[in-house]
Amino acid sequence: MLMTPVLYPELDTFLKWIRESLSRGFQPFAFFGTCEAFIYCLMGKAGELELACCPFPPAGRYPSLSIDFPAFQIFERELFEEYGIVPIRHPWLKSVRHPVNTQPAIEDYPFLASESPLIHEVGVGPVHAGVIEPGHFRFLMRGEIVEHLEIQLGWQHRGICAMLCDGALAQKMYIAESIAGDSVIAHGTAFCGIVECLSGTEARAKHIRTLLLEMERVAMHLSTLSALAGDVAYIMSQNLFAAIRTTVINSTLSICGSRFGKRALCPGGVNYALTQDLIEALKTKMKYCALQIQNTAEAMFASTSLLSRFDDTGKVSTEDVIRYGFTGISAKASGVPIDSRVDFPNWQYPAFLVQTESTGDVFARAHLRYVEAMQSLDIIQELLKRIDPQSPICTETASFSPNQIAVSIVEGARGRVLHIAKSKDESTALWYKIYDPSMVNWLALSLAVQDEQVSDFPLCNKSFDLSYCGSDL
Amino acid sequence: MINILFFIIFPLLFMGIIHRVKAIMVGRKGKPISQNMRDFLKLLRKDEVISTNATLISRVAPAGALAATICAALFVPFVNSNSVLSFRGDYIMVVYLLSLAKGMMVLAALDSGSSFQGMGTSRELSFTAFLEPAFFLIIAAIIFSVGTGSISELFARQSITYLRIWDVFASLFIAVALYIMLLVESCRVPFDDPSTHLELTMIHEVMVLDFSGFSMALIHYTSALKMFIYASLIAHLAVPANNIWWYLGILIFIYLFTGVLESLMARFRMNRNLELVLVPFCIALLTLAVLLAKNMGAW
Repeated sequence: MLMTPVLYPELDTFLKWIRESLSRGFQPFAFFGTCEAFIYCLMGKAGELELACCPFPPAGRYPSLSIDFPAFQIFERELFEEYGIVPIRHPWLKSVRHPVNTQPAIEDYPFLASESPLIHEVGVGPVHAGVIEPGHFRFLMRGEIVEHLEIQLGWQHRGICAMLCDGALAQKMYIAESIAGDSVIAHGTAFCGIVECLSGTEARAKHIRTLLLEMERVAMHLSTLSALAGDVAYIMSQNLFAAIRTTVINSTLSICGSRFGKRALCPGGVNYALTQDLIEALKTKMKYCALQIQNTAEAMFASTSLLSRFDDTGKVSTEDVIRYGFTGISAKASGVPIDSRVDFPNWQYPAFLVQTESTGDVFARAHLRYVEAMQSLDIIQELLKRIDPQSPICTETASFSPNQIAVSIVEGARGRVLHIAKSKDESTALWYKIYDPSMVNWLALSLAVQDEQVSDFPLCNKSFDLSYCGSDL
Repeated sequence: MINILFFIIFPLLFMGIIHRVKAIMVGRKGKPISQNMRDFLKLLRKDEVISTNATLISRVAPAGALAATICAALFVPFVNSNSVLSFRGDYIMVVYLLSLAKGMMVLAALDSGSSFQGMGTSRELSFTAFLEPAFFLIIAAIIFSVGTGSISELFARQSITYLRIWDVFASLFIAVALYIMLLVESCRVPFDDPSTHLELTMIHEVMVLDFSGFSMALIHYTSALKMFIYASLIAHLAVPANNIWWYLGILIFIYLFTGVLESLMARFRMNRNLELVLVPFCIALLTLAVLLAKNMGAW
């Protein structure tokens, strides 16, 4: 949607506005600096968004918000990294993505250290075994117990935001699709939303987009469930979930020719129509998947040896979710029902209830994924009934109206995917900001593994299933 | 002679049974049973990458561990219930030859200087601390029931005969205790996960993380042989002496059962592991106590 920011010329009034909207139950959705030397802040709660901006503080410093509202910590670090604006008394001020030339090399990077003889450090990564993205995890351990985990990402920083601003935005679909390779549809739709807003185009084929997004969600949840079972050496569910996931992503393949949904979307609509035959085939396939998932999950959640690993491991409390502003599965598993599909309904969803779990442990996140996948399959069946194969699938996007700010919110499999951009002229963007849910949620992992066995870390990590490249950008 | 041939050829082939069963259980075809053997032969021809921190220990340890394990295997009854070497009380020799092999690997693991290795070593050694007394208690229970001798005599004499109800009891309990020891010592699910790629959850695998090529081949073979030794002892415990077909049948059953168990169970949480490693110790203690009580006329 298009938004006009409220301009606060004074920093004090800007910060006051932030504090005031936090007290009204808003959460920080985005907080960033731009090349126009303005700090923007997007606050949101269910169905409501407020955008305000303020010029950079003249001294390049301002009192940190993170002390009182830790949800700002990652945003303030990003602002510090990109524009050198120092939040005074920020609890742990260091760069987010570690860009070259502006920060020390990784060898003398300031990690939290301890002088205690009881504590030893274990560093894992950035190169991992298996199919894991690069990220460095620094554990402070007391024996086998994790005292503190510090996560350092940024190894896949590609400068996507800058790339999107370089040239005509509407042609950058292929870049938006590579923000996170497993959330192609989520980021793709968010990008299309921005282009369509800025150009005032009404998108076609929203049903098909929603369908693809839900299929991506099912596939992602299945792959996480599979990996969770694999992490505790429960090979039965590991293999079965992986096999069902293949069926789901192969269905995406039958729609658009890519298992991850690349080239499926374009600004203005979608690239591939569904034929009646395909719709019928998808209905049967998805029904089959639902049955398989149910059988596998019921067996899995009945296994006591597996439950003894999942239960009570990696807890995140409801208070922490609200304090730190976590989103997606991480929030819903702790009983906070935030879901952009319901909160910002720019979508073609049949009515559904946001599912939550209450315990906030690995079991809650795993079980919620199962429940959500089943729900998504119901939604998919409903959408398949509604899709009209004859209707047009795409429309031309017009040129942009300059100096407009557009916000686009999509609920990806991991949570709230948020894109926000300002148009410069008829075709290009002045700035473009991307917020993958992983960026804020990484802290949830750090909190979850505190006082846990270090050998449970991979399990906790997988239960959040966060994206490395999505937060590296 | 047949024993030597047997334990040279079959350990890796029997490991193949576990992999095959696991694959079939989850609906895959699985690799052929001979694949482990082929991997072993391939690794023998490969070059090694050695850590710059490593000293001589890292180079000799895998070979030393293998040599110690083979020496231990010489005392153990395989298909022929008379072992190649034996003397009265050689079970102590066997236990410490196996410990020597483990000690070598521990030194080699610490030698590479990685923090993972230290972590894995401490985990592995904490298991050993409980398993060693368990093994001696098992031996004590057998000696109590059939009189002293060499390890091959002990395990050949002790067997399930329906005529002597106490033998059935003792053999079954000891077999269970030994089987749990087998799972722990050869790093199987539910104690360890040999197929994981996550260093933080590994126990045995993380100790050998820095080895490759020829050394890795020796390490694979050593751990397969160790499992084979335990499986063979259990098989001898469970069948009347010198019945080769029963022996082979039970041996295959043990490997099949391990495969099925691994398919149906998740691994334990690391801090629960230690409690469960105590189980063989307790079973052996219980068996010994019951036998003692019986002998003193409690029944």
